[in-house]
Amino acid sequence: MPDVKNILLVGVGGQGTILVGKILSNGLMSAGFDVKMSEVHGMAQRGGSVSNQVRYGKKVFSPIIDKGQADILVSFETMEALRWLEYLSPKGKAVVNDYRIPSAPILTGKSDYPEGILAVIKSKVATTVIKAAEIAQNIGNPRTMNIVLFGALVRGMELTDIEWEKVIAGIVKAGTAEINIEAFRAGMKAGEI
Amino acid sequence: MGRTLLTGNEAVARGAYEAGVTYAAAYPGTPSTEIMENIAMYKGDILAEWAPNEKVALECVIGASLAGARVMATMKMVGVNVAADPLFCAAYAGVNGGLVLVSADDPGLHSSQNEQDNRYYAKFAKIAMVEPSDSQEAKDMVLAALEISEEYDMPVLFRMTTRVCHGKSLVETSERRQVEPKPYVKNLQKYDLIPAVSRKLRVGLEEKLKQLEEFSNNTNLNFIEWKDKRIGVISSGVAYQYAREVFGDQASYLKLGFTNPLPLDKIKAFAKEVGTLYVVEELEPFIEEQIKAAGIACLGKEKIPNIGELAPAIVAKALRGEKRSTIDYDQASIPNRPPTLCAGCPHRGFFYELSKLKNIMVTGDIGCYGLGGSDPLNAKDTSYDMGASISMGYGAQRVFERSSSNLRTISTIGDSTFFHTGINSLLHVIYNGGKTITCILDNRITGMTGHQENPGSGFTLQGVPTKIVDIGELVRVLGINHVRTVNPLKLNEVREAFTWALELDEASVIITRWPCVLKKLSSDDRKEFGDYLGKCAVAEEVCIGCKMCIKTGCPALRFNKEIKKVKIDETQCAGCEVCLQVCPVKAIRKVGE
Repeated sequence: MPDVKNILLVGVGGQGTILVGKILSNGLMSAGFDVKMSEVHGMAQRGGSVSNQVRYGKKVFSPIIDKGQADILVSFETMEALRWLEYLSPKGKAVVNDYRIPSAPILTGKSDYPEGILAVIKSKVATTVIKAAEIAQNIGNPRTMNIVLFGALVRGMELTDIEWEKVIAGIVKAGTAEINIEAFRAGMKAGEI
Repeated sequence: MGRTLLTGNEAVARGAYEAGVTYAAAYPGTPSTEIMENIAMYKGDILAEWAPNEKVALECVIGASLAGARVMATMKMVGVNVAADPLFCAAYAGVNGGLVLVSADDPGLHSSQNEQDNRYYAKFAKIAMVEPSDSQEAKDMVLAALEISEEYDMPVLFRMTTRVCHGKSLVETSERRQVEPKPYVKNLQKYDLIPAVSRKLRVGLEEKLKQLEEFSNNTNLNFIEWKDKRIGVISSGVAYQYAREVFGDQASYLKLGFTNPLPLDKIKAFAKEVGTLYVVEELEPFIEEQIKAAGIACLGKEKIPNIGELAPAIVAKALRGEKRSTIDYDQASIPNRPPTLCAGCPHRGFFYELSKLKNIMVTGDIGCYGLGGSDPLNAKDTSYDMGASISMGYGAQRVFERSSSNLRTISTIGDSTFFHTGINSLLHVIYNGGKTITCILDNRITGMTGHQENPGSGFTLQGVPTKIVDIGELVRVLGINHVRTVNPLKLNEVREAFTWALELDEASVIITRWPCVLKKLSSDDRKEFGDYLGKCAVAEEVCIGCKMCIKTGCPALRFNKEIKKVKIDETQCAGCEVCLQVCPVKAIRKVGE
């Protein structure tokens, strides 16, 4: 299925990957694509590793992305990028948030947060590193970090023709459209690098 | 109507609405939960309810069917085990209004204790079964299933899997059809399953299955896509999507949407036309075994694993020898990220104190509090099925007593799980004079599945205020003489309760009562518990780096190895004060109250 594109969003439960998946799939649908999406619920949340998979094209069959198949991997947390890297195509792009959330074994001192992750990823594949938390903080709402990353994703996938700002305004909580659009624009800009 | 992007669960709810369902019941369980949550939104048209367990849900639905309505029950696959008794009865008795039972299976065990393939229930109970492979089919097959149910007078098993339930795809929606309830007719020869009646119904059921096999051969729920005939693929559910992805136009497909009874004539005709015949199934060889038993040569589980979820890559490797290129890197060095109890979780203080007790066996149960068994709390010995904590704990306690072991058992069970089947187990303890310690962790909501109301929470699924079961009163009335309710955030209260219970020679119940930190508090909750005020913070100059607080497993606490001090992430901290009580040097203080 060469005409099907694969976007893999990964992070930690509670980081807002599901909202980004929703915005993304709604926009793609409005642009006339067949879209399928897969997400995890239940036990897999509660601070665990989460993924949100979006596939689009003329006709999509499988709702899940295979290892080595993602055109872009957007990781909301640094270490998660490494965990899911095998799903990224060797020809794909990685968008990595420079933002650490230590997992339970790290918090209890059983493991250390791995160093040099960004260097490893950069040595393997085209990589954009985003300091989304900082950008969101500067905009004035740390909770828009996920939308900053979404902006970088749109830039990375060259999906800029879709009217994303309208889609965002239709989905985010009432009263937060403006700041989320600002976050989206900042993410687009950061994704250019 | 337009096209919308829906999960399979949302699509089933939409299908129930469009097909004229008027009554539906469920017990929540991943990956099925959102079906009933979405049905509940059609308030004026469908009465949707949470039942205390799946058996009750199915029985309510059977009664509503007999009264003439189109009905639906939904549950996760292990819930069907609980509901199996009425299911087998309903197979014999048949229906009045159409009856669909949705079983949401969980290949890959994303959120379950096993990986059972519930398609065997259709064969076992001798009922019809449909299997959608995407959201459009999930919606459309509800109407088809209800019509089959009414036409052939039997319940229909609607079998989904995690990827169909939680996968989103485009769905064409339409209007609701109003279906008037059929009149109720008393009919002992159909609904009174005494042996004399059931013997006759048993014969009739076999006759219905024969007619259904004919239906199966003719329905367009089972369709053929002719492409390259050198390879033929028979598949159902999401596995069909994977096969289509892998073989594209290089194979012909017999896609089965109606899978019990199988369309053996159609399968034979298809097999004759193709070269190599593959059966692509997720989990067990349900279709393959029957095809082979009918003398048709095919390949299936010789090549495709029966363990875990399928994926296109697994099918491609197994049947075409294809290996996709991936980025090569060291994965072993990445620390795990297991789910944990949230910052501010009321279970933390309870499990922290439990973990310090010696000579105990902790029987656990199904819910968030299962995470109390993970590092660093490690306060759990077992976890089986809903309600098992109390009965398994009882059985173990009896053996410890008879073998003069000094081990005591402590059972831990959540409020919703206690209502589910824990009550029955506690009755056994009381009736048989056991002395187990049952801890009911009442966080005022059904937590793990994402906050569903339950008989203790004060509201129905559709938001109607209702009676609240008082767990303390309930267990007293059942016959427990020793009941204590504690605030699990107060470690001394928890500790004292354990000491008190362990000294008793009779059964006791400890209730921990505090709302889930993620719960949207009701006005009653707010009155009783108030909001958390302030956050905890570490006075760095006082912290001695002993890591006692880290042993609570709170994800808001960070130990800085370089300076050997703990820091609290204020965005995560809920201000529950458990760490504050654990600190031996009072380095943790409350700020911003």
